[in-house]
Amino acid sequence: MQNPKRRQLVILRRSPYGSSLARAAVDLSLAMGAFEQDCDLLFLGDGVLQLLDGQSAEAIGSKNLGKMLASLPLYDIESVLVDAAALRSFGLTTADLVLQARLVEPAAMNTLLAGYDHLFSC
Amino acid sequence: MIYTLLVLSGPAGGHGARTAAGFASAALARGHQVNRVFFLDEGTTCGNASAVFPQDETDPLETWAKLAEEHGVELVLCISSALKRGVLDETEANRYEKGPATVHPTFVVSGLGQLIDATASADRLVTFGG
Repeated sequence: MQNPKRRQLVILRRSPYGSSLARAAVDLSLAMGAFEQDCDLLFLGDGVLQLLDGQSAEAIGSKNLGKMLASLPLYDIESVLVDAAALRSFGLTTADLVLQARLVEPAAMNTLLAGYDHLFSC
Repeated sequence: MIYTLLVLSGPAGGHGARTAAGFASAALARGHQVNRVFFLDEGTTCGNASAVFPQDETDPLETWAKLAEEHGVELVLCISSALKRGVLDETEANRYEKGPATVHPTFVVSGLGQLIDATASADRLVTFGG
């Protein structure tokens, strides 16, 4: 790997089973961890649903994204950020999520994004 | 400046892939570098050699092949996305007993590490489609 290390953010924007990009973004996040990148995750918009606890993906023959994401701490992913407005719009709180996540309010979003070298938005 | 491009949509779905190829050409023409184009999810269909496009339209495969041949741009398809879409190189086609390879020889099928590696040494990552 090259240096200096870039600060990277993966932005997960899709609902967990509505688009194959959701799974691709989760795979990318896990790969970031496996390759020891300086990487945070932001669940934005419909993407917050990926973190919902108690998904029954087996019923549609899919892999459970919530369970995959629950393993993120094992991959040393430093921080998991969640779109606070989206979470509220779905009537959810951080207690409904499979991971400990930090809420990001809309007013803080621009500053947050500006702090990274690379954004992977999928 | 060194660019890595991430392509999330295929030639049959919208203009993301076409725009990516156009961006790569323009960046190279201005003296920038494109260290790798990585195709993820539906973007991996860009490397499907079996796709047939109408004769009166530009063949997107030729556009990518030209970029690779003339400028040495690396075109890498995400292996897990490509497998699901039937875009297989010879090794994978043999491994899964799926008949002849379907990936265009200009493209390489590899893992997400190729995206991470390229981005780590790039000044900019630009995403298209999705």
